Amino acid sequence: MLFRAEITVKLKNGMLDPEAATIKKALKHLGYDCRSLKQAAVFELEFEADSRQNASDVAQGMCQRLLANPIIHDYSIVLE
Amino acid sequence: MKIAILRFGGSNCDLDVQKALNNLGVHAELVWYKEALEGFDGAIIPGGFSYGDYLRAGAIAAQTKIMQSVQEMASDGKPILGICNGAQILSESNLVPGTFTLNQYPKFICKWVKLLKIGRSPFTSLSDEVVKLPIAHKEGRYVVPPELLKELYENDQVVFKYVDDKGYPTSAVNPNGSQDNIAAISNLEKNVLAMMPHPERASEKLLGSVDGNAIFQSMIRHINSL
Repeated sequence: MLFRAEITVKLKNGMLDPEAATIKKALKHLGYDCRSLKQAAVFELEFEADSRQNASDVAQGMCQRLLANPIIHDYSIVLE
Repeated sequence: MKIAILRFGGSNCDLDVQKALNNLGVHAELVWYKEALEGFDGAIIPGGFSYGDYLRAGAIAAQTKIMQSVQEMASDGKPILGICNGAQILSESNLVPGTFTLNQYPKFICKWVKLLKIGRSPFTSLSDEVVKLPIAHKEGRYVVPPELLKELYENDQVVFKYVDDKGYPTSAVNPNGSQDNIAAISNLEKNVLAMMPHPERASEKLLGSVDGNAIFQSMIRHINSL
């Protein structure tokens, strides 16, 4: 079966995000004053798996082994 | 004695490291990541931008097969030195604790720094207390969970800190926002060292410092003692 996964990887709460801070500042220069700003990486994948459980395990594996660094990142997986 | 210098697509300090070792009379071979890593007494992962720093610096190189061989060498007690991108690869491979991520001020920094030697490491046995080496990175901010940080000190795994001229690790001389000014970290067994500064760029008088040679000489001395 073909599965689609949307994997979002973002910094854990409280982690310093210098890029987000810079973007927030740039928005302020444009007149948009945000109380907070976070950014994340989104990966959209399509892959074959035997079952939904198997697809979920595969996506988890991708996150744990490459897409996220558990020291600084949290991730979420939406499977279709 | 034979030292391996690993090469990935995007490694660019490989020849500098080789020259620094050759200057010290050590035979060092360049090993492309698809080749076998066999018969070496130690390995150095040089700086550069492996795989364009895609995803996170070092993340993709860390998943290559040759890094399994590096893991085995480390388990055998052989010394492994990761410099800059090599340090990032070692942290992404979980060969050293913590991780190196985007600098606090998110730009590439290239400058000379002063470093204080902390504790005992087989890579610094011949080094002065305070050394001058250059850094050149955008992802060099050392991050480690607080509970782990305590363990690193207890186990003597912090090897270098960024310090001022008097040898104090002040926030003013912390170039990238690293936790506790940490510039180099080792594994529990001490035979794997990940350091952001470049010893090979401080290996000849002409370059402005020769302090880096002591890192390589210490590594060699350690190999000879095994």
